[in-house]
Amino acid sequence: MLVSIYRFNPETDREPYMQDINVDTGGKDIMVLDVLEILKEQDATISYRRSCREGVCGSDGVNMNGKNGLACITPLSEAAPEGKLVLRPLPGLPVIRDLIVDMEQFYRQYEKVQPYLINDTPPPAIERLQSPADREKLDGLYECILCACCSTACPSFWWNPDKFVGPSGLLQAYRFLADSRDTDTEQRLANLDDPFSVFRCHGIMNCVSVCPKGLNPTKAIGHIRNMLLTRAT
Amino acid sequence: MVTHVTSFGRSGLYDWLIQRVSAVILAAYFIWIAGYIWFNPDMSYGQWRELFQSTPVRVFSLLALISLGAHAWIGMWCVLTDYLTERLMGSTGTLLRIALQIGCGVVMASYMLWGIEILWGI
Repeated sequence: MLVSIYRFNPETDREPYMQDINVDTGGKDIMVLDVLEILKEQDATISYRRSCREGVCGSDGVNMNGKNGLACITPLSEAAPEGKLVLRPLPGLPVIRDLIVDMEQFYRQYEKVQPYLINDTPPPAIERLQSPADREKLDGLYECILCACCSTACPSFWWNPDKFVGPSGLLQAYRFLADSRDTDTEQRLANLDDPFSVFRCHGIMNCVSVCPKGLNPTKAIGHIRNMLLTRAT
Repeated sequence: MVTHVTSFGRSGLYDWLIQRVSAVILAAYFIWIAGYIWFNPDMSYGQWRELFQSTPVRVFSLLALISLGAHAWIGMWCVLTDYLTERLMGSTGTLLRIALQIGCGVVMASYMLWGIEILWGI
């Protein structure tokens, strides 16, 4: 199989380039991460992030034939149905080396939404209880693994990564806005009520299309908009 | 929170709401005007003139014109703040963006005043 991989080593290369390499997959429909492992054996300088190899850690988010996803759970038949695999780093973020990107902008937005429970009331002796119905509201939100596939597929995040929170951050923001145990709803909404943080989302749903966990950030953003609208009227 | 001096309503929520309301007004206006033309294939200049002499049509047309201006302002602001930014182009981006935003505002206001003159000058 022919693999075209994005290469850039800031210490030796003046600019990035695509390197074509033939890989023997043994005719099997292996995962893209397995292809990367074979490539790494052939050329140890090829760099990428990986850890759990089962779609849980979110380390190996890459762009495969134009679509973001996790290399470890994307089979070749899905990533490269035409037979040629093109691997690039996640778009929009600065490249550190080969497929490794600098995630700082992504994490800065994540930090901005205060992704932790805020509750001013005195803590109970054991734990803060939640009804099964309230707990159910967090389904489809808490499963995010912060792989950045969604935010780096979003043009609004490409152009304004310093101002637009991005789909991943907003999914997390709603995860805490929807949590019955959180008491900071008013301040959380006040922090999001500006022309960029939430409203840069134009609902093109690239995030939904690429999320490897099948989550729906656009829906969560819609819920935040409704909360902001209710708060203002 | 990110603030922005050149956005239409200074608030994301306000801009978002204005954009949706103005889109509905524009859709209603264009459906109505297209329907009117469709159902009056032999329309004369006199009939067209008479139509725009009625106050409800003038008010509806002015509402559509204001909606177009507001919609265009918000839309252009979004496009300009995407592509002409300090992050991408340094201080040139900011200068260019402010100049184009002012240009958009002047064009929008001119069309509005001109539109009023046309509508009430018939």
